[in-house]
Amino acid sequence: MADSFYLYVAAAFAVGFVLSALIFRSRKSAAPELPAPAPAPAPEKPALAAPALTPEQQHASGLFLLSMLQREGRFVDFVLEDVAGVSDDQLAGAARVVHEGCRKVLKQYLSIEPVLPQEEGATVDVPAGFDAGRIRLTGNVAGAPPFKGALKHHGWAAKDVKLPQPPTALDVKILAPAEVELP
Amino acid sequence: MTARYALGIDLGTTHTALSYFSLDEAKPRGAGQPMLPVPQLTAPGTLEPRQLLPSFLYLPNAAEFPEGSLALPWDKKSKDVVGELARSHGAKVPTRLVSSAKSWLCHPGVDRRAAILPWGAPEDVPRVSPLDASARYLEHLREAWDHAFKKHPANEQEVIVTVPASFDAGARDLTLEAAKKAGFAEVTLLEEPQAALYAWLESHGENWRKLVKPGEVILVVDVGGGTSDFSLISVAEKGGDLALERLAVGDHILLGGDNMDLALAHALSQKLGKKLDAWQLNALTYAARAAKELLFGDPKLDAAPVTVASRGSSLMGGTLKTSLERAELEQLLTDGFFPRGRVDELPVTARRTGLQQLALPYAADPAVTRHLAAFLTRQAALAKPGDTFVKPTAVLFNGGVFKAPALKQRVLDVLGSWLGSPPKELPGADLDLSVARGAAYYGWVRQGHGIRIRGGTARSYYVGVESAMPAVPGMEPPVKALCVAPFGMEEGTQADVPPQQFGLVVGEPTRFRFFASSVRREDQVGTMLEDPEGLEEVAPIETTLEGRNAGQLVPVNLQAAVTELGALELRCVEKGGAGKWKLELNVRPTE
Repeated sequence: MADSFYLYVAAAFAVGFVLSALIFRSRKSAAPELPAPAPAPAPEKPALAAPALTPEQQHASGLFLLSMLQREGRFVDFVLEDVAGVSDDQLAGAARVVHEGCRKVLKQYLSIEPVLPQEEGATVDVPAGFDAGRIRLTGNVAGAPPFKGALKHHGWAAKDVKLPQPPTALDVKILAPAEVELP
Repeated sequence: MTARYALGIDLGTTHTALSYFSLDEAKPRGAGQPMLPVPQLTAPGTLEPRQLLPSFLYLPNAAEFPEGSLALPWDKKSKDVVGELARSHGAKVPTRLVSSAKSWLCHPGVDRRAAILPWGAPEDVPRVSPLDASARYLEHLREAWDHAFKKHPANEQEVIVTVPASFDAGARDLTLEAAKKAGFAEVTLLEEPQAALYAWLESHGENWRKLVKPGEVILVVDVGGGTSDFSLISVAEKGGDLALERLAVGDHILLGGDNMDLALAHALSQKLGKKLDAWQLNALTYAARAAKELLFGDPKLDAAPVTVASRGSSLMGGTLKTSLERAELEQLLTDGFFPRGRVDELPVTARRTGLQQLALPYAADPAVTRHLAAFLTRQAALAKPGDTFVKPTAVLFNGGVFKAPALKQRVLDVLGSWLGSPPKELPGADLDLSVARGAAYYGWVRQGHGIRIRGGTARSYYVGVESAMPAVPGMEPPVKALCVAPFGMEEGTQADVPPQQFGLVVGEPTRFRFFASSVRREDQVGTMLEDPEGLEEVAPIETTLEGRNAGQLVPVNLQAAVTELGALELRCVEKGGAGKWKLELNVRPTE
């Protein structure tokens, strides 16, 4: 049981990892929406100040993904709950809910696959001119590529991003509405 | 304007889907034939395209959702919800959810044009009729199509809508009416098991001729979310080529995959030993379905975990945990719904209690195999001499239930025990999407390509004629049944005029009781049955002759015709005159 528990916690952290990566991505992808600086502004007419986007507008898709992870996989509930006094058994039961729901969201909207296809632990070649965004070097980093090293983590890459548009009619800061059941 | 596409619409009890065939390209693609991604709300404010549109309609309270959050690409002011969000949110607010509209559409005990759904909803909830709800699903598809294919609106395309083979003339009429209400100019009806077989034909191209031989009988077993539907299709040789003919269809059985998932959920809730609320039971049903798919998908697993999250934000305290054991799954589903048994074991019929709640007439016996036995036995007239039931040689499965290989295998085993050796399985196409794909392909077949399944009406039809006898208080005069449409009338044909005459009084409504039979294939137009016992009573038919001297008696004969669209039409033909009046099927409840 303890083994599976750690597996689930690891999975939950992986979700968190992807999530933060996505929020980062969305910040980058939100950038083109900002009005580009005027190419050659006339000196006497200063460029109009870009209408400032609120943080939630800038990060709408990140918040939206978080709301989907909560809706399908109770992600926010899980991470924000105090688990100090909770038994591993209870934690594992909750982790199944989170695992199943969050996995569904990731599979549906992001085709996620390893950056490197090799097995972890295998020796891999890092060629000259490698993409440092895709491969991070650790350990005794010295000299110039090509390198040879042990693959510690194969990395993750979202191949397709098929997220739906964040809702415009709703406040994206509301990750999950309160539910009130009428008698 | 000639149609560019043939649109096949599977209007299902739980899911609706649209596939399309490019008539310009004229290339059968089988499983590669595209489905229309249907934009629908998956959460308030969130639009996503999905292949299936859940057949659910949610009627929100005015204050329930933020303004604009229910907007659709084609209707910014949409007030109610169709599809995924309707289903998921409706589980929490069941009084505002319309589901199983299709089953209500063929329920003779209610007025299907009356606003009665959601069934049993409180006073202030707006209501719609089974007809309206079906029209709403079709309208959503039409709008989605028009949105995606602006240059080729649905109205200018060839549109085929599928119905269960067991739908009677009244339910077929209502389906056509729903399509009209949804804004489709003209649609053609096709029986679902036939559509599944068309999909099979399309996916095999010319090769299908190698897979079946003349003299074979194909059994289509279609168990969808809400209904079970059987059809028999024969393979014959005609002029050196193979010909397919639909021989018989089964009765309407309200029994499907949803019943199975619910049975699992109830068993698991007993195991949990806790009383669950409606929301938890719904969540448990989803969890049970997932566990079922896991166990059926991997024969090595002995059990699958089942968890139901708490409703509140604390997952640790309130999550319910149990597991579905393989033995339970087999006992509940495989043996419960597909028990082994003899071919002469008939399904248990409905228990009649004094006070019976008016609701959907769900099948009283959950055993699909017993219903199948009853079907094959009832159609014994088609059997070879000496046989007491029809012996199919091949089986085509359809419907999501058969994604479980174990259930397919059980049906084949049971058939094998009746036949001596199991029939062969026709390797099918997609169990969820075949009906829509086959229907679209049929649009091309209708233009004279490929092979067409012949069949015509799957029933013979009768009107009730009251015998002349002295009035006896408290006793209804006995009714005889006059055959007006024989079995197997093809589209675009009309039946002969029976010699019997009726007198219709101008200006007064005239009403005929109307009967059908799916087994009496010998009766000809004019055959009079002394007793309608054994026939099923369909919605009555009505007409009022207008425009002449009120009170005048007009002698008429009745004549039946099957339109090109597959609807049965009854007319009054004036004796020795030019008058012709269409009779309407009355779909209000029969007393």
